[in-house]
Amino acid sequence: MAKRTATRPGAGTAAEAALFADYDPGPYFCELTAARAGDGGATATVRARLAAIGLEALRARAAVAEGELIDLGVTFTVYSDATAIDRILPFDCIPRIITAAEWDHIERGVKQRVAALNLFLHDIYHGGKILADGVLPRELVLGNANYRPEMEHFPVRFGTYVHICGTDIVRGRDGDFMVLEDNARTPSGVSYVVENRHLMSRSFPDLMAGMNLRPVDDYGRRLHAAMAEIAPEGVDDPEVVLLSPGIYNSAYFEHVFLAREMGVPLVEGADLVVERDHVWMRTTAGLRAVHTIYRRIGDDFLDPTVFRPESLLGVPGLIGAWRAGRVTLANAVGTGVADDKAVYAYMPRIIRYYLGEDAILANVPTYICREKPGLDYTLAHLAELVVKPVGESGGYGITIGPRASRAELETARAALLADPANWISQPVIDLSVAPTLTEYGIRPRHLDLRPFAVTGRETWVLAGGLSRVAMREGSLIVNSSQGGGSKDTWVLADEVLAEGPG
Amino acid sequence: MAREPVMLARYAEGLFWMARYLERVENLARLIDVTQGFESPGREAESWHALVRINADEEDFARRGHTPGADAVKSFYLADAANPTSIPASLEAARYNARTLRPLISTEMWRQLNMFHRAMSAIAPEEMQGDRLSRLCTRIKEGVQTHTGITEGTFFRDQGWLFYRLGRLIERADQTTRLLDIRYHLLTAPSGGEEQRVAELARWGGVLRAAAGYHAFRRIARPGFTPADVVAFLLVDHGFPRSVGLCVSEMEAVLGELRARWGLRGTVRSLELVEDLRAALMGRAVARIIEGGLHEFLDAVQKDLIALGAEIGTAFFRDWRPNAAA
Repeated sequence: MAKRTATRPGAGTAAEAALFADYDPGPYFCELTAARAGDGGATATVRARLAAIGLEALRARAAVAEGELIDLGVTFTVYSDATAIDRILPFDCIPRIITAAEWDHIERGVKQRVAALNLFLHDIYHGGKILADGVLPRELVLGNANYRPEMEHFPVRFGTYVHICGTDIVRGRDGDFMVLEDNARTPSGVSYVVENRHLMSRSFPDLMAGMNLRPVDDYGRRLHAAMAEIAPEGVDDPEVVLLSPGIYNSAYFEHVFLAREMGVPLVEGADLVVERDHVWMRTTAGLRAVHTIYRRIGDDFLDPTVFRPESLLGVPGLIGAWRAGRVTLANAVGTGVADDKAVYAYMPRIIRYYLGEDAILANVPTYICREKPGLDYTLAHLAELVVKPVGESGGYGITIGPRASRAELETARAALLADPANWISQPVIDLSVAPTLTEYGIRPRHLDLRPFAVTGRETWVLAGGLSRVAMREGSLIVNSSQGGGSKDTWVLADEVLAEGPG
Repeated sequence: MAREPVMLARYAEGLFWMARYLERVENLARLIDVTQGFESPGREAESWHALVRINADEEDFARRGHTPGADAVKSFYLADAANPTSIPASLEAARYNARTLRPLISTEMWRQLNMFHRAMSAIAPEEMQGDRLSRLCTRIKEGVQTHTGITEGTFFRDQGWLFYRLGRLIERADQTTRLLDIRYHLLTAPSGGEEQRVAELARWGGVLRAAAGYHAFRRIARPGFTPADVVAFLLVDHGFPRSVGLCVSEMEAVLGELRARWGLRGTVRSLELVEDLRAALMGRAVARIIEGGLHEFLDAVQKDLIALGAEIGTAFFRDWRPNAAA
């Protein structure tokens, strides 16, 4: 056993007081300083250990840790104004802590939501009982750009459409968890969950020592198992591949990560060929059959003979092979209709409709501008609301009322009036904060949480998820494309500290 | 239990080229180093232009607006990323391939290459001057050697390793022929007095040093060795890792393993080409080769290696793609 230093200060020491002296989370729930039942002293221990390290040493070690991300090429690509820049996802070295009880709640909520999403997708592609019953407007589903008629009456194994789901969860002032959106197409970020943990354990072993944390390194194995499970029936030892748009994609690092963790080839469209309704990959020894494709390219680009004819990323004939039952695609085609921001508003009702249960994780209140009451309310309260386009992702096109200038509000108003159905609005959520290392010292920054659920026959949720942090003061936008960073997310196992608080 | 790993054609191609580009970088650093050593007073430009000539870059060099001279040549190869045969361009290509290979290569390989690439993409002009040039060349060589060592110690030994080695061996053989070519005219120089003979041998010593073969050569050379012995050493020696002959023998072994262990039947034609190459090298005494014209012989070997590379590409890589790396 490692020797423990006798001088490590406990909670509430002078050093801690100094490090957190100026720290004021304001009205927001703080993930590290709020008193929480069931943390077994973990948050106090982490605060004390941070204080023992001290601000300057934290800065120096954080800089080394970020340098390591650059050396390792753990980067994503940002596209704007025709330039492409490789960036690291800024890593904040102060972990975010989730208690065992909190996690149990989140995990059950995520599983419930994934179950409802899959039942919903199965239903709408098999006649649409929920539409006939008037639970949500027919045109919202059938008129949705992400609704795929190709999927109608097409069977998928275990009724699973959303094999990989990322659920964006925020925490209000009172600490309650709420779902902000579902990502049922190709959610990204899981690589950072695992990489952040590795980085943390290399760079801050003293922060982690003795903490009994739920591990995160099982993701690849679980994902591979699910991908093998969903392969077409009767295939022994199925060949799984990850289909990537290639190295110029902003999430290429994640594609590499997933392929490596699963131990499967990362293929590009041109590596695959469809012959006799089977999908094959080109190897040095000729063609080899492929059974499950974890595709990280959008529906529109999958098959130029069915969707966008100009797509070079996809594989001609792929949809035909899929429909012939020779290959499985994960996620299924047409899941985008379920994670649409307009459909999101109906999720509590969708959950109740299929599962006969209330939603374990609440929605953020949402006004649907395609409906007149929603539009009227939004226009009347524009300065208080967050207005979001329904089709976009990555934080683009959002107007935050209380932060917007008069001109920005008028622009938003014009856009709303021009195409109300394209918009929803939500009250500003007082996202929780966590102490974050900034140039001014330790400061509160807003953050969210994206757990990742993997579903084959059953659903498994990776403990924790990606904590995305808005690195700018006061900012609520956590997206990596908009300057967000991330934190290591610790889910405490039941017995919190093996050796008691440091 | 264990699954037979498949090798995507694109991966095999990427490995082959990554190895080639890195081997090219190491050898170019060797050539630059030896060229500096050959500079004779008043004739620097001529020495440096030989480098352009043996790389068959005369046209590109002129087209890109360079005028012959030490600085222009050094900058063309060390700093001009737009010159496809420069060290920054080769490293860029190696890293590009490594990026596509990240699912396959070890994290340690990727990390080192990523850092090496970054360090070499901004070589300052003053680093190319005087005594700093040789140190720069050493850093470049060591960067590639570090890669080689990490690869040897971490890269999984399946087909990919064999394609990686093929790329390296073909490039290394090619580069050794170019290193020999830089001095071939010495062989035809009229024989002068003892003083001139010693000077000439010293220059050949420089060639051997550039190839890291000086001491090995001295171990096996007779005291009265001639330039032809040096040529024989670099062309056909069985123990020297950079000799063309050893590279060719290893290519044959690698292709044989791809066939026997991995069942790749597309190796037939490549094996024939390698046998032909070996026959050309080993089939007659080096003295006869020199008599027949060393430069012409080296040129023919280079053409054979190009044909071999093309055959491997056709047989195993994604030659169905018009933009296959070349």
